Amino acid sequence: MTVPETILEQEVAQGWQRVNPLAILVSAVQGMRQAVLPAVAALFGARSLDNTVLVVGVIAAAVLVLVTLGAWLSWRRLRYLVGPEDIRVEQGLISRSARSVPYERIQDVSLEQGLLPRLLGLVEVRFETGAGGKDELKLAYVSMDEGERLRDVVREQRTLAPVAAAASESEAQPEAEGRLLFAMGPGRLLLFGLFEFSLIVFAVLAGATQQLEFLLPFDLWDVDQWEGRLSGTGWEAWLTGLGMAAQLVGVLIALASLVVLGLVTGVARTVLRDWQFRLDLTSRGFRRRRGLLTKTDVVMPAARVQAIIVSTGFVRRLWGWRGLSFVSLAQDAGSANHDVAPFAQESEIAPIVEVAGFTLPDDSVDWHRPSRAYRFDRALFTALPLVMVGIVLLFIEQVAWAAPLVWVLAVLLALRQHFLWRFERHAVDRRQILSRRGWLSPRLVAASRIKLHSVEIAQGPLGRWRGYADLRFGLAGGALAFEGLLLEEAEAMREAVLTSIASVDFSALPR
Amino acid sequence: MSRSLHDEGLTPLDPAYVTVMRVQALLMALPFVIAALVGEVSGRLFAGAFLVPVVLVALVLALMVPLRRYHARGYDMGEDRLRVVRGLLFRRDTVVPFGRVQHLDVEQGPLERAFGIARLVLHTAGTHNASVVLPGLAHARAVEMREAIRQHVKREIG
Repeated sequence: MTVPETILEQEVAQGWQRVNPLAILVSAVQGMRQAVLPAVAALFGARSLDNTVLVVGVIAAAVLVLVTLGAWLSWRRLRYLVGPEDIRVEQGLISRSARSVPYERIQDVSLEQGLLPRLLGLVEVRFETGAGGKDELKLAYVSMDEGERLRDVVREQRTLAPVAAAASESEAQPEAEGRLLFAMGPGRLLLFGLFEFSLIVFAVLAGATQQLEFLLPFDLWDVDQWEGRLSGTGWEAWLTGLGMAAQLVGVLIALASLVVLGLVTGVARTVLRDWQFRLDLTSRGFRRRRGLLTKTDVVMPAARVQAIIVSTGFVRRLWGWRGLSFVSLAQDAGSANHDVAPFAQESEIAPIVEVAGFTLPDDSVDWHRPSRAYRFDRALFTALPLVMVGIVLLFIEQVAWAAPLVWVLAVLLALRQHFLWRFERHAVDRRQILSRRGWLSPRLVAASRIKLHSVEIAQGPLGRWRGYADLRFGLAGGALAFEGLLLEEAEAMREAVLTSIASVDFSALPR
Repeated sequence: MSRSLHDEGLTPLDPAYVTVMRVQALLMALPFVIAALVGEVSGRLFAGAFLVPVVLVALVLALMVPLRRYHARGYDMGEDRLRVVRGLLFRRDTVVPFGRVQHLDVEQGPLERAFGIARLVLHTAGTHNASVVLPGLAHARAVEMREAIRQHVKREIG
C-alpha cells in the first residue's frame, strides 16, 4: 500500500501510522447499511412527490457523499504509534482522544475479520487489556500483515517481562489429562435438574403465541369471548355443566401438570447443559467439560480466578446442596461467572476452593454487619410508601378491604430488612474479602485482596446525614459492594485493602 | 457533616473548570429560556409567570451550582495511588492504585479545549469503576499526571 500524501512528513518521522485506507471503504459500506432504513423511510415520505426518480437519486447521492466523507474524516483523524513502551492511538473528529496502552497491560491481541474485511484482506486488531467490551483498544482495519506484525510486537514485548516468560513456558508443556476434581453422573444430574424447576417454557409459549397469534381461529386476548365460552353458550358448555367437585379436580390437575412441566423443563435444561460434567486440574489450570448437544471445553488458569461464589437455593439448601462458580475475566456462555461445581456438597466444594487459592470462611472469621441506621432507613423507605398507599386505599370504598393487606406487606418488607441485618455480613481476612448476602438463599463471595482494582466510598444525601457509606470494589468480571457501612469502618477497610493492592503491581500478578 | 476538600488534603481542580461548567449549564438552560420567552411573547400567561422562575432557575444552575460542584471535587495524587472525590449530593470517593491502571486517556471536548481544560481517564480492569474520570484539570497538568502515572507503572515493573 502506498503511503497517502496526507500524512505529514513530521508525523511519519515520529512513527505515527494510519490504518489501511481501504478501511474507509469498509466503514462507508457499514455506514450505508445503517442508512438504508432512514433512506427507506425518507422514500416512503417522498412517494407522493412528482419527480420520484430525481428525489431518490438526490437522496441516495447525498447519503453516499455524507457517509463517505464521514468515513474518510474518521480515517484521517485516526493515527497510531507503535512505541518502544506502549501503543498509542489518537482518534476523534471534534473531541480528540489520545490513548496509550503499555505493553505490560495487554493480555492478548486478537484478530477479527468480518466478511467484507476478509474479502479486502483486512483485519480488526483488538488489544485485550481486561477493560472489556467497547472500552478495549482496537484498530479497524489494518492489513493482515500489519495485524500479524502488531501481534508479534506485543507478544515479543510481553515475553521480555519475566512473568510472561514463565506463563509461556507453562503453555508450552504438553496437555496432560490432569486430576479429576469434580464430576456429575446421571443420577446427580437428575437430582440437580429437579431443583432447577423452571416455568420458562411458559415465557417461550407466551412469546410464540404473540408471534403466531394470527394463526389461531379465535382472538386469544378477547376476554368477552372467553366469558361467553365459559358461561356455556358454545360447544364448551359441558365445562360449566360439570359439578363443583369435578371443577376442583380440574384445577388440581392443571396445577399438577404445571409442576410436572416445570420439573421436566428443569431436568431437560440441566441435562442439555451439564451432561457429563467434569472438572479437572491440569497443568494449565482448571479444565471443564460439559454439554450434551453443544459440548464445551473450557480451560481457566487458576491464577485468573478473581473471586469465588458459593450460592444455593432456598429448597436445595435444606439438603446441603451448593453451587460453586468462579469470577474471571473471560466470559462463560454470556455470564461472567464460570460454573465449576454447580451442584455439590460442601465437602466436595472445599478442595476445589483450596486449589483455586481461596479459603472458605471458618469460625475464626471476624464478621461485620452494616450499620443499624442503614437497615433502619431501608426498612423505613420500603415500608413507608406502602403504608401511604394503604391509607389512600382506605378512602376508596371499593378497595378499602385491600388496605390491611398492603400494610401486612409493608410490615413483611420491614421485617425482611431485620433478617437481612441479622444474616448479611462481610469480613476482611488476611488474603480475602468475604461477603455473605441474602437471607433464605445465602450467597458467599470471596475475592482475593490483591486482585482488586479500585476501591470507592459512595454516600448519598441520606448516608451523609446518618453517617454510613457504601464500599464498592473494582473486581474484574464481577461486582462486589458492601452497603451501609459506618463511614469510619468503610475508610479503615479501604485503607487496609489499598495497602495490599498497591504492594503488588498488576503485571506482577500471577496469571 | 460534610468535610471541606482542604481538610482532607485534596487538591482543587483548575478554576477555569468553573467557567466550563457554567457555559455548559447555560447551553443546557438556553432552550428552556427561549421556550419561556416564546410563552411570554404569546401573551397567554400572566406577565413573567413563566419567564421569571425559568430565568431564576437557569441563573442558579449556571452561577451557583458549578461553583459548589467545583468545591465538592478534588483529587489527591499520592505516592502509589490517585484519589478522586466528586459529587455534591451523591459523594463518590474513589482510589485507584497506579499498579492497577490498564491505560490512560487525556480527553478534551470542544468547550474544554477552548478553556485549556482536559479530563484524565484511568482505565482499570475492574468491572465496577472500569474507567475513573478526573475532569477539570489544566491540559498541561493532565498530561503531566498521565506521564507520571505511566512512569510509575513502568518503574514497578522494571
